[in-house]
Amino acid sequence: MTIKGHVWKYGDNVDTDAIIPARYLNVSSTKDLAAHCMEDIDPAFAASVKKGDIIVAGENFGCGSSREHAPIAIKGAGISCVIASSYARIFYRNAINIGLPILESAQAVREAKKGHELEVQIEAGTIRNLTTGKTYRTAAYPKFMLAIINAGGLVGYTKARIEERRRG
Amino acid sequence: MGQTLAEKILSAHTSDPVRPGEFAQVRVDVALANDVTAPIAIREFEKIGTGKVFNPDSVVLVPDHFAPNKDIKSAAQCAIMRNFARDQEISHYFEVGKMGIEHVLLPEQGLVLPGDVVVGADSHTCTYGALGAFSTGMGSTDIAVAMATGEIWMRVPETIRIVYTGVLQPWVGGKDLILYTIGKIGVSGALYKAIEFAGQAIDALSMAGRFTMANMAIEAGAKAGLFAFDDKTRTYVDQRATREYTPYAADEDADYAATIEIDASLIKPQVAFPYLPENTRPVSEAGNIPIDQVVIGSCTNGRVEDLRVAAGILRGKAVHASVRCIILPGSQQVYLDALREGLIEDFITAGAAVSTPTCGPCLGGHMGVLAAGERAASTTNRNFRGRMGHPESEVYLVGPAVAAASAIAGRITRPQEVL
Repeated sequence: MTIKGHVWKYGDNVDTDAIIPARYLNVSSTKDLAAHCMEDIDPAFAASVKKGDIIVAGENFGCGSSREHAPIAIKGAGISCVIASSYARIFYRNAINIGLPILESAQAVREAKKGHELEVQIEAGTIRNLTTGKTYRTAAYPKFMLAIINAGGLVGYTKARIEERRRG
Repeated sequence: MGQTLAEKILSAHTSDPVRPGEFAQVRVDVALANDVTAPIAIREFEKIGTGKVFNPDSVVLVPDHFAPNKDIKSAAQCAIMRNFARDQEISHYFEVGKMGIEHVLLPEQGLVLPGDVVVGADSHTCTYGALGAFSTGMGSTDIAVAMATGEIWMRVPETIRIVYTGVLQPWVGGKDLILYTIGKIGVSGALYKAIEFAGQAIDALSMAGRFTMANMAIEAGAKAGLFAFDDKTRTYVDQRATREYTPYAADEDADYAATIEIDASLIKPQVAFPYLPENTRPVSEAGNIPIDQVVIGSCTNGRVEDLRVAAGILRGKAVHASVRCIILPGSQQVYLDALREGLIEDFITAGAAVSTPTCGPCLGGHMGVLAAGERAASTTNRNFRGRMGHPESEVYLVGPAVAAASAIAGRITRPQEVL
């Protein structure tokens, strides 16, 4: 899968209250959540994000709550991929489980600026900054996680496992 | 090489013994969700197509975040969960009037036990580590899968051991220990790892203090925060357990990713400044921070022991004229215990408001939302921007003693200053 989009850049410890404030958790529809994505730290985001854009952030992205509403809001806003130096673990598994591509590369993060254009190849784990011409390599996904990704997320993966068991 | 407590418990719940870094399908004893996370979990559960949950006695559903229903949208979310609980004949669904804040309620009701694997669609599910259970927060889709199959995927975490030596100073409790620890290792200091809390100060700590510490393991990025099973755990659990349980202990030669030693006798009452729980300092070095609101309660500090500490300071005193002081007992049982002990009278006489159990203000939901420019001293667990209301409001995290003292003084202060 190849992804191309422009960068929205954020710092370290972007928490889930920043991604989707708790006051909007009284709904669970993707559209309603996406409308408030990043509202408290970047009020312009939801209105101006373009389909395919990429969020680039520092350490511990998605720290805080377990709310799956966070990756749902990001994906629903049209973001094609998140690249961070590191992730909070619940956010990481939520993103994998719902099929939001996420990659880790501290160097790509350091050298990307808002508005840069990136090209990302998920399986190969490469990030190309088309604005600067630099290419970055990320660690490949563990096999187990790739299986979830290839099944389109954890629900698809689980359905296949149940089917496999049923057949014995 | 021996196993840590986390590895021991997980190995007892997998087909083969596990080592850190491995991915495994883990059997779960309890799967938990609340009114915010259950609606998405139910939506995903229905896509999986098993029809029925794997065991209606092993699923726990608690409307606590925006319940009692704060608005029409919340009422609709709560209704989705209530209807699912009815259709699936879930034994442990707690309606308003019986419910509490989930992480106070489940241990109190004997639903989570030592040696269990517990997964919850709430990040503070790590609270049950205080019982010597492996419990961790996950997303709604994870809980959908756990509800459908009784299993969930995990990456087995490495463990950091934190040893607290010495005897605690007066007015220092579990909240101060964990705030100090997060200040020391940072909000990503235990990322993807389990923490084992140990040492003389931990042995002496009450179960309530241990719940508070385990609760905030997630604020250091940890997957779980565990305590060894001891006589205190046994006494707490044996009067509540709803089924048999198996306690586990770490091996003497367990392999830890790191061991950190902390002289707990040097720790003073702590406060975490906005906007991260790692921004800690002793309250004595906080300077002059006037406050508009005090919140005492939550899954972190909503147990009767916490209310006892707060009431002991507020008794016979008055909440400062410019402060709204809101008390949130963690469960109906905590409320009743506090009532019988006279603590509720202490609070109301001092000019504090006492609420039915709810997560409410902790996440800026209801029952004490802050306006722009307002500040709260709160016994909750997060002080992110906008956490308790307006993005330009501020939350200072403290323990119940400092919260009560600050309510009287109208600024963040030590208990010694008002007694």
